[in-house]
Formats: sequence, structure tokens, C-alpha cells
Amino acid sequence: MSAKVNRAGLSKTEYRGAPTTLCQGCGHNSIASQIIAAAYELDIVPENIVKFSGIGCSSKSPTYFLSRSFGFNSLHGRMPAVATGTLFADISLKGIGVSGDGDTASIGMGQFKHILRRNLNMVYIVENNGVYGLTKGQFSATAEKGLRLKKQGVNPYMPVDICMEALIGGASFVARTFAGDPKQVKELLKAAISHNGLAILDIISPCVSFNNQDESYHSYGWAKDHEAPLHDISFIPYMDEIIIEDEFEPGEVKEVTMHDGSRIMLKKLERDYDPTSRVEAIRVLDENYRNNWLVTGLIYIDPEQVTLAEVHNLPETALNRLDEAQLRPSRESLEEINAQMF
Amino acid sequence: MTTAQPSVNLELPEGMEPIVNDFSITVGTVNGSGSQTSNITLMRTIFKMGVPVSGKNLFPSNIQGLPTWFTIRISKDGYLARREEHEIVVAMNPASFSRDVADVQPGGVLLYDDSIRQAITRDDIVVYPMPVKKLVRASGAPSKLRNYVANMVYLGTLAFLLRLDVEAIRSALEFHFKGKEKAVALNMGLVEAAYRWASENLEKKDPYVVAPMERTEGYIMADGNTAGALGAIYGGVQFVAWYPITPASSLAETLNTYLPKLRKDENGRHTFAVVQAEDELAAVGMAIGAGWGGLRSMTSTSGPGVSLMTEFVGLAYAAEIPVVIWNVARVGPSTGLPTRTGQGDLTMTYFLGHGDTDNVILLPANPTEAFEFGWRAFDVAERLQTPVFVLSDLDLGMNQWMTRPFEYPDEPMERGKVLWEEDLERFQEKYGVEWGRYLDVDGDGIPYRTVPGNRKPGSAYFTRGTGHDEYARYSEDPDNWERLQARIKQKVAQAGALLPAPMVRRAEGAAEIGLIGFGTTDDAIREAQDQLAAAGIPADYLRVRGIPFSQEVYDFIRAHKRVYVVELNRDGQLHQLLTINLPEEATKMVSVAHLDGLPMTARWVREQVMDREAK
Repeated sequence: MSAKVNRAGLSKTEYRGAPTTLCQGCGHNSIASQIIAAAYELDIVPENIVKFSGIGCSSKSPTYFLSRSFGFNSLHGRMPAVATGTLFADISLKGIGVSGDGDTASIGMGQFKHILRRNLNMVYIVENNGVYGLTKGQFSATAEKGLRLKKQGVNPYMPVDICMEALIGGASFVARTFAGDPKQVKELLKAAISHNGLAILDIISPCVSFNNQDESYHSYGWAKDHEAPLHDISFIPYMDEIIIEDEFEPGEVKEVTMHDGSRIMLKKLERDYDPTSRVEAIRVLDENYRNNWLVTGLIYIDPEQVTLAEVHNLPETALNRLDEAQLRPSRESLEEINAQMF
Repeated sequence: MTTAQPSVNLELPEGMEPIVNDFSITVGTVNGSGSQTSNITLMRTIFKMGVPVSGKNLFPSNIQGLPTWFTIRISKDGYLARREEHEIVVAMNPASFSRDVADVQPGGVLLYDDSIRQAITRDDIVVYPMPVKKLVRASGAPSKLRNYVANMVYLGTLAFLLRLDVEAIRSALEFHFKGKEKAVALNMGLVEAAYRWASENLEKKDPYVVAPMERTEGYIMADGNTAGALGAIYGGVQFVAWYPITPASSLAETLNTYLPKLRKDENGRHTFAVVQAEDELAAVGMAIGAGWGGLRSMTSTSGPGVSLMTEFVGLAYAAEIPVVIWNVARVGPSTGLPTRTGQGDLTMTYFLGHGDTDNVILLPANPTEAFEFGWRAFDVAERLQTPVFVLSDLDLGMNQWMTRPFEYPDEPMERGKVLWEEDLERFQEKYGVEWGRYLDVDGDGIPYRTVPGNRKPGSAYFTRGTGHDEYARYSEDPDNWERLQARIKQKVAQAGALLPAPMVRRAEGAAEIGLIGFGTTDDAIREAQDQLAAAGIPADYLRVRGIPFSQEVYDFIRAHKRVYVVELNRDGQLHQLLTINLPEEATKMVSVAHLDGLPMTARWVREQVMDREAK
């Protein structure tokens, strides 16, 4: 019996990656699964995608999906630069970049803000857990003020809001979701992949290993006291992924209990929310921030924004397929230049 | 090697012999006052008269206000290195006046703006005051332009004193102002007024004269940044990312000027992209991304930018990604002397990266070579799948040089081992193994690569700086790591034979000693070589044009008893690299190095070698 195939003639297994080496229960794995599902359902030929990442747990994850796509695991905070250069090579390619909150909001903040100005054809995912996993549990710049971590003490600084930064920076697509809401993750991924331009997708993705502290990540004022002893740093508990099982309707606010028992509040955007107004998007983000809700859904989209390829007036043929005759100007033109020199 | 002095018809004071086409002129002005136009025009005028000439702009890191000097050397013999002696000094800046007066060679000439009312205490020089303000006022120049055109006064005065060809001045101005008649007329008007004033009021009391020759035929005037940019274009550059930095900025700016003219397809689309990045890290990151994507890709920067690029270069070296990086060196560290020249980035460039790295470097010495290495660098980078540096410097990059016309590439583009869809099908047939990104099937250490956009299933791979095996899979296996590093070393070592061969200039007859240099010290070392020969110390000279060193470099060292390694840095960095690579000959290599921010002089080289030879 032949496996079920999509309109690209591919079965879902053709979209898989190597087995994950991330922790059991890590939200990043769930996101990888949804990327696979979204690409499959959109009938995408994997060779038309190029994967990018920086450095960190999140940045490892491109290995775990779309093995048939080219991938570049670059430097910490430098994914935007590499992606920018590569996507000039063939403008029919779509980039899928996976970054983390450290990779984007700390070391990579400069490049993040500048990639927004260029609107290249790429999905930019921030797997946001407020903590540095690979270096074992330091604060990231998206960690909320007042958060307590085992070895770090209390975070004294204000958090960076990825979506707000993206909006202010002029992004043409801004969305936020929660790794534990696979349905929404997948739908937003499909929208992001279909967007002609840069799509910023901030995905709250809980860390199962280093975020098990008293006042937990994004728990704001509600985090209840819990008495579970903090885990030894090298002990990685087996955990199930946190999945929202019942229906989560637009306009609803939902409390989600994290691995350590703490909770976050998610608010799905209303059905009649208009995501084409930047001013409205900023207002909603700000309002929800004041309510201590993490608003999820498609926050802003401008499908008409000019893309990088258009700005640069590139030919339809991929630049990397041009040959010597197209790249080396004529002998006569050099003679002219020599004659023009003094 | 000296040329006979051209004869001139000139009335000079009794007993004074003319000095023709063999002296230096230094002009001291205020930075930002427009003196660049008059200085370059003066130099071009002399060039146009067929007389070998060079100009070095010695300027501060400042937009307006600080003292700046421009030193022009006129040499019938074709020696174009900077000289420390100033036969003619033009003093336009009150702030540097006393220093400028002191700098005139005994018997030399001082021209100065007569509004500078400072005492001139020397009686061993000829002094000509110039009524600059008066002539400028009389010219009718708009008041906002008066300061700029004031410098034309010394040009006109010098034209009279040195017997410059006034029509050559006009054509130099037309070139400079790209034919804009109004600007040419305004400037030329002042040149002519000053000339007239000088001919009516000055009696020539000095021996200096420029007489026409035919020694600039077959040369052009160009700067190295323009040359390098054009070379890159003729090398088919497809992607450029850069961030402004002195003295490299004009390289990228020249790309922006010429690319739209030279590289449009039949539909008017650009076959290239230039991106001004947010910083040097992004610039090199983009260039490496593009190189990975199969584009001929480059960035241009200077030392501080190169240091910011370190992490990315290490990644590109390890992941085997072609990219071309121009380092138009200034004097470090960080800001250091940002508008001065030096060769202090050689070892940094060679070792740039973390872990073990030995980068490929091309070393141009003049604009003609900057053009050639501009295109050749892509061939080497794509062939070896590694970063290739072109190490220029401020002197080459920003000064105008009398240089040979740019030569059209004499070799087809070398795109290296890139497999497209149909090539992949043949790979297995040919080699009997499945293609792997880092699989060395040819035994030369150079694997085959595919690039994004290849639509054949199985063409993709995952690139990483992390340890990886022949199939680009993540690996921390110790044997695998050593195998990978050894192959990369083997791969890069081949560059020695691929890079431009060293230039060798032999002494007449047998020479016991050798001189080795690289880059823009070439003029000074050649001249010193001739001076040494005249002093009875014949020396052979080899100029390194690429690293890793070729066999010829080692043979040259072995063939001489003592080898002086001459360079413009404090620690003798070329000397260091040569001794590392040829330790058995280390004791015969002598470092002759210094760095003061100025282009090297022949006199310094000669004195250093003679001192050591006398011991």
C-alpha cells in the first residue's frame, strides 16, 4: 500500500528531519513537528526551502525537520545576515529561520532589527522560553522583570517584547503563538510561509529543564507558590509536552499550567480583530501587556510591502545560475574604462 | 638606472644649474579646504606632461580644520616612493606654517599665502609670497567658494615657476570636474590669474623645473580602491555587503558606481546586489551566506572591521565557504591612525579565526595588481572553497598612482567544484560512491559542493561550524575531527601554487643578499635596491604576492646568505610568517620593519640595510 501523498507527490515522511537531540517535552520539538505538518499541507517541495539558524537550543532544531532542504546553522545572533546573503542567490527560495530569545533579543538584537528593514522572503521563528538552555539556565532578555532563577537570582530588568520590536521595526508580518497550541502554531506557520516577505513568529516555547523555578517564566503575578524542590542542574526530567486539549476560541483567555506548575495567561485575538492596522496592533499588544496576557494570533500583516528581491531589481533567473557570459563585462568595456582614467 | 636630465631653456641666476624633473613638492593646507582638487590637478598636470609622478595624501582623521599635507614626487627616473626631503613647500595653513618652513630642504623653495604674517627665519631658501586673498577677490568667485578656489593660486604660481603646461592643467581640471564648464572656468580663471601675476611680479630665483618627457605613455592614473572594485566586477562579483570604514569605503562606493552601468541583463535587471549592512559582522555574514548560496561574493573593510569578522571567517574556513574579503589596511588598533597607512594586519589576517586557521591572502602592490587580484580572488576562493583575503592598504587604496592600464582577465572564471542537478546524477557513476559534501574523492582535499536552489532531492546538506563528517552530519568523533582539519590544511596549502608568483628583480651580477617585501613598499624597496647597488651592495629583491608562500619564495631565501624582510609594521609580521614556514632558514632572515603611519621611503630601507651590512 502506498503512503498518502500531497499535491507535491510527497508523503509526510519526506518532510521529516533527523531525530531530535533536545530534551523530552521541549516545546521546540512540537514546533518542528508543526513545521513538518505545515510544509506537507502546503504541498511545498522541500528543495524550495532553505533553513537557517543561529546558535542555541532553538537553533539546533532545523536539523529536526525538512532534511531535504538546505540548512545553515550559523553564528549566535547572526542568522539574519546569513539568510540575507543566501536568499539573494535564488529569489524563488523561501527561508525558514529558527532563532531563540537569546539569539534574537540579546546578541542578535541588532541584526533582528535590521532584517526587519529588508523584508526578505523568510519565516523568522523565535522559539521564546526566556532562558538560556544550552549554557544551562541564565536569564534571556525576554525573561520578565522579577523572575527568579536558581543560580541567577532575580531578573532586575524589563523584558524585550519580540512582537513589539518587530512591529516598531516595520515587519510586514507579526504573529505570536504558544508551542502547546499545535493547531494555532500550524495555522500561523502556514500563513507565515505563504506570506510574501518577512514573517516574524514569536512562539512561546517552555523550557522543561531550566525554567523550573518559583516564579516561572511569563507567569507574571499569578505564579502560585509551589513546594517542589529545584532540580539538580544535570537532571533532565522526563515530561510530556504541554498541550491545550480543549477548544481554544478567539477572544478567550486561557490559563496554561507549565511543567513546574506555574501558569501563563494566553489571550487569543478576537475574530473581528483587524491585523492590517499597525497602530491597532501596537495598541492591542500594549493593552494585553498591561493585563499581563500574552496575546496570540496574527497580530499584524502587510501583504503589499515591497520585498528585498523587488528592491534590488533582480532577474527572474536565479543569480547563482548565471554564467560567465552574463557576469563578466566585455573586453571593449574595459578598454573604455581604461581610456576614461586620467 | 638614472635617466639623463631633459634640457631646458631657462634663465636662471648666474651659476645656478636647473634641476629638472627630480624633486618633491609638499603642500600644507587646512583639511576640508578643497586642496585635494588643486593637489591632484598638479599631479595630473605633471603626468600629462609625460613625467613620472606620484602623490601621497597625508591627512588627519577629521572632516574640516586640521592640518593636512600632500606630497608630490616628480622623478625622471620613475622612482615613485615618498621622499622625506621637500624641495618645494607650499604653505597655505597658518597653523602648520612654522613646521612647513622648517621642512624646506636647504636651497629649496617656500611659497606661502601672504596673509600669513609669521616670521620666516631661514635665509637658505627661496621665498615667494603669494597674494592669495587679493587674487581670489579679483576673480569674482562667489564668497562661499572663495576658500575652495584659493588653492588654485598656488597651482597658477607653480605653473609659472616650474614651467608647467597650462593646457595640461586645463585638461586635468576638465577631468576632475567631469567637464562641468562653470567649475572648470572658475578654477582655471584663478590659475591663469595667478600665473599672470607670477609672471609679472616674480623673478625666478630657484632651479626647479618640470620639462616634458615621454615616460608616462602606456600608463593611467588610478587609485587601488577603484582598481579593486573594477577587478571584482570583471571577476563577475554578484554580491557585495559592506559597512563604511576609512580607507575602504571608496571600494564599495566604486562598485555602486560601476555595477549598474556594467552589469545589467537584457531586461535591465541587475545581475548583482550590493547591500550596505548594519555593521561588519552583518556584512561578512551576508557575504558568507551568499558565497554558500553559490554567488561570487565579497566584502571590503579595514583592520578594525576584519577583527569584527573573525568569528564568521573561522566559520567559513571550517564550513568551507568561498568569500572574498578586502582589507584596505590602516594603522591599528581600533581607531589607531585611521587615515594613515601601514602593513600591520598581515598576521591577523593570516591567522584570523579561532582554532587552527591559515587564510589565503593576495598582496597587491599597485592599482594594476589590485584590479587583477580583484578578479582572481574569486577564482581562488571558489576553487578552494575558503575565504580569500586581498590585503591592500590606505596608500594603495586612496592615493592616485601612475599605473599600467587594467588588463582584461586572461583566464576563464574558475567556479570550482559545484554540482548541479545533472552533475549529481553523474557523480555516483563516476566515483562509485554517494555524493557527500565533505567527501574528498579527488584526493586534493577539495570536496564537491551543491548550492541552495539545486532542486534535485538529495542535493541538500546541513552546513555548520560544529564537527561534521564527510556527509555533513553532526559529529564529535575525535578521528573524524582530525581527518577534517588535516584535509582542510591540505586543501589550503595548494594555494601556494595557485596564487600569483612572486616578482623577482635581480641585481646585475651575483648578489649575496636578498630583500623581501610585499605590497606598497615596492617602490621604496626597488629604489633602495638601486641605491644599494650604487653603494656596492648588490641585492636581489623578491616581492611576495600571495600567502601561502610559493616554492619560489623558499628557494629565494635558500639561495641568499642574508635576507632582509622589509615591511611597514612594528614587529616584522612577514618576517614572522616566513620564519614559521621556513624555520630551518630562520637565522638568515633579518627583520627590517617600522611603522610611523607614512608610506615607506627608499632612504630608510637603504640605511637600514647598509647599517646591518656594515656590522
